[in-house]
Amino acid sequence: MLENYFPVLLFVLIGLAVGVGPMVLGWLLAPNHPDSEKLSPYECGFEAFEDARMKFDVRYYLVAILFILFDLEIAFLFPWAIVLEEIGMFGFLAMALFLGILVVGFVYEWMKGALEWE
Amino acid sequence: MEFLQNLFGFTWPAVWSLAKIIAIVGPLMIAVAYLTYAERKVIGYMQVRIGPNRVGFKGLLQPIADGLKLMMKEIIIPSGSNKFLFVLAPVLTIAPALAAWAVIPFSPELVLANVDAGLLYIMAITSMGVYGVIIAGWASNSKYAFLGSLRSAAQIVSYEIAMGFALVGVLMAAQSLNLVDIVKGQAGGVFSWYWLPLLPMFIVYLIAGVAETNRAPFDVAEGESEIVAGFHVEYSGMAFAVFFLAEYANMILIATLTALMFLGGWNPLFDFAPFTWVPGFVWLMLKVGFVLFLFLWFRATFPRYRYDQIMRLGWKVFIPVTLIWLLFVGGMMQTRYGYLFH
Repeated sequence: MLENYFPVLLFVLIGLAVGVGPMVLGWLLAPNHPDSEKLSPYECGFEAFEDARMKFDVRYYLVAILFILFDLEIAFLFPWAIVLEEIGMFGFLAMALFLGILVVGFVYEWMKGALEWE
Repeated sequence: MEFLQNLFGFTWPAVWSLAKIIAIVGPLMIAVAYLTYAERKVIGYMQVRIGPNRVGFKGLLQPIADGLKLMMKEIIIPSGSNKFLFVLAPVLTIAPALAAWAVIPFSPELVLANVDAGLLYIMAITSMGVYGVIIAGWASNSKYAFLGSLRSAAQIVSYEIAMGFALVGVLMAAQSLNLVDIVKGQAGGVFSWYWLPLLPMFIVYLIAGVAETNRAPFDVAEGESEIVAGFHVEYSGMAFAVFFLAEYANMILIATLTALMFLGGWNPLFDFAPFTWVPGFVWLMLKVGFVLFLFLWFRATFPRYRYDQIMRLGWKVFIPVTLIWLLFVGGMMQTRYGYLFH
């Protein structure tokens, strides 16, 4: 079974090569005349006011946390979905309970306004 | 064949796999190049103009001319950037977009690696694409790039959840993670494909696929009028071209997955005579082409969403809809109408 994954590994390496190859080709063929103005960050013609590594909205952090929670939830749903036929009503109700608890969390974050972007 | 096998000895399996991989990646890259041409042509005709028609016969050499031009352009690496990560980011974007093809079946036999956890592998590898976006935005050391990458990453992970729930629906119907089995579970005409029992999930998957690939109308991350080009504003020449290729390769990947999981893969439109004469591979290509055409059509039709609207659609509409349909299908499978759902 595991030898099925060898071509997959090979494919990942080819994927990386398809990324690296053109970049090397471009680097070899293209001109390269850097100067300080050309290498400055592009901000529509203005000088940069401050450092680009600035503060950013905490909502991105919230979205990241919620993503981790829900992705975990999906990870639990995968095996359940495949064997749902065998585990029948009991399995379905057990997962319904699990989803119910998560939905309570989801409703809480919704009411708290964690999903608002204005 | 025998002769080649002897020539390469114990390295033969690797060489043979390599040949098959090139047989997939080569046509894929050509398809990516001509998708950019198709996009300009289709949108052109939708706007009552012709689109590229000067380079070669009817403009057919346009993508090659574009590629050569980009190859001759200087790759600028901004002075404040983290040079290693800056160069690494495009590679990290395109590698997962291509590597996902390792488990895509083109017919019941025509598949490079028929792994049992195929769908799980695709979920995992396509999630890696977001690293390229974040690294590109951060390594550029430019405000626009940074904001664009944050927006883009938040949007991609948000829609990935709705997509994941839609895939769980497919798993419930197919009872397998293996993509060949999923398509076999849809054997028969257009009404036994999964788009019908999983209709809300099919629609969510299609729209989330558009958002996932940062295509219009969900292209705020690249909104040229607000943050110039988002996470790849500082990229030029071939480094930019690699991002561009990755975006279009992702489009083709999402279209293929939609065709395999919801539109019956290589199954013919109807299960009787004239339709069954057409080979399965052609059916698959027709379905992929249809979904890709929808992508282009959306771009020509809809105005861009605002960012708060995008997040609202992802979290407050798609996730509840898929969750409810998931429980509905699961509940129906416990009744005597369960056969309708798989």
